[in-house]
Amino acid sequence: MTTAKEALRVVGQAVIDKKSYLTDLDQAIGDGDHGINMARGFESVFKKIAVLDDNIDLTTLLKTVGMGLISSVGGAAGPLYGTAFLRASGVCAGKTEIDAVTAKAMLDAAIKGIQDRGKAKKGEKTMLDALIPASEAMDIAIKAGKTEVECLADAVQAAQKGVEYTKTIIATKGRASYLAERSIGHQDPGATSSTVMLEALYNYLE
Amino acid sequence: MKKIINNPDNVVEEMLNGMVVSQPQYLKRLEGFDVVVRADKKNSKVALVSGGGSGHEPSHGGFVGRGMLDAAVAGAVFTSPTPDQIYEAIKAVDTGKGVLLIIKNYSGDVMNFEMAAEMAAADGIEVEKVITNDDVAVENSTWTTGRRGIAGTVLVHKIAGAKAESGAALADVKKAAEKVIANERSMGMAIEPCTVPAAGKPSFTLADNEMEIGIGIHGEPGTHRESLKTADEIAQQLVDKILAENIYGTGDEVAVLVNGLGATPLMELYIVSAKVQAILKEKGLKMVKTYIGNYMTSLEMAGCSVTLLKLDNELKELLFAPADTPALVQF
Repeated sequence: MTTAKEALRVVGQAVIDKKSYLTDLDQAIGDGDHGINMARGFESVFKKIAVLDDNIDLTTLLKTVGMGLISSVGGAAGPLYGTAFLRASGVCAGKTEIDAVTAKAMLDAAIKGIQDRGKAKKGEKTMLDALIPASEAMDIAIKAGKTEVECLADAVQAAQKGVEYTKTIIATKGRASYLAERSIGHQDPGATSSTVMLEALYNYLE
Repeated sequence: MKKIINNPDNVVEEMLNGMVVSQPQYLKRLEGFDVVVRADKKNSKVALVSGGGSGHEPSHGGFVGRGMLDAAVAGAVFTSPTPDQIYEAIKAVDTGKGVLLIIKNYSGDVMNFEMAAEMAAADGIEVEKVITNDDVAVENSTWTTGRRGIAGTVLVHKIAGAKAESGAALADVKKAAEKVIANERSMGMAIEPCTVPAAGKPSFTLADNEMEIGIGIHGEPGTHRESLKTADEIAQQLVDKILAENIYGTGDEVAVLVNGLGATPLMELYIVSAKVQAILKEKGLKMVKTYIGNYMTSLEMAGCSVTLLKLDNELKELLFAPADTPALVQF
């Protein structure tokens, strides 16, 4: 049986496993700590959720994750991912099963949270360049009547394309923006970590 | 990686401990948090809180003390501290007259400090913020995050700190801080990169004959790379870029900060400063005070930055006011 807690553990572990990779990406265009910070964040989150019941509801779980990331990651990623998880937690309140429509609504709430906090939009070489295409692909998949897992597969594929797209554009938000055109050719670490999470969730549910 | 440490994961904790046990006359640890506060909490004054990622020592904990900061919050190396830590610092130093947050302009720092300010405001604490952005290497245009806050932040600590110490109200302390921010510009360069302890390798590499211009203070690469020049040429390049901002006019009084990035010998900083002073003289600017040394570092990066602050009577008086902190003592 799939539980929210187990799914979250898989997602967090995927980020921890990619610690060096994400840090390398950040060293190229940022300050070289994205993987380190995200791994520290999820390790802290794991301690917080260890005491929760195995069948804890998704809202409580995501709220715990959001607060955990905010208080342990730091940098820009902490408030951004933290806000994203908090906003998503509000959408699934009272639900025991998450269908594709709810999942997309959660993703959209997370995106809105990141936009509010980071004042960024699509095309600025940020995590939004993976997440917004993922949401758009999910929307198309839902309308085409695909299953939950198929919708997620499309979302992952769109996010991966989004990561590739970040290689072609100039960063205008965050520390990579200081490099201006020198940021071209490098993929965005934030878009990458977002995609790592979506991929892990898909692999777990598939 | 070669460093005098015990464990890369504990550097911030061990450093903070080292600070408070070595200088208990100045600093106290806020129990359970990565926050240092003044040992002698002065009642009934506006409190100043700053901070940011670690690795910039003596910023910011070294400037906690009389006439400067009331608390400094230390994040992981080069990573903004989290809102809960900043919130605790605000609560610890507020005396009822309000708290001014001095934030360097980085997306993460601004977001985390703003979240903390919202939390403190919900408690009824009066919180204001200023954002330093003295680095002219990064162009100030609408499509970037804006100029970065670097070494000039220390002059904001000094002047806003003196204003707060004088008993001024929060709005006036903020105004003084904003005046410093409006009248100072900095520019930096590096000849060797630095290594974040937990990353274990340098964030970029430079060949023996290369230097990086427009460097930040987080090991992030600068705006461009060129072949290594003499100290005079480097000083000229840094100051030219600052003067191109057109905020300094003939006859103006200025304060100068020649800042080392961590691994630069004072000898080299003095050589750079000599050229800086010569250029100022040539341009008709009157230097009234120069600080030289490691004020805002980037771990063991070798390099320097130059900051010029245009002074009026108020700023001059506050700059010369006494300060007694671990890293800056002035009578």
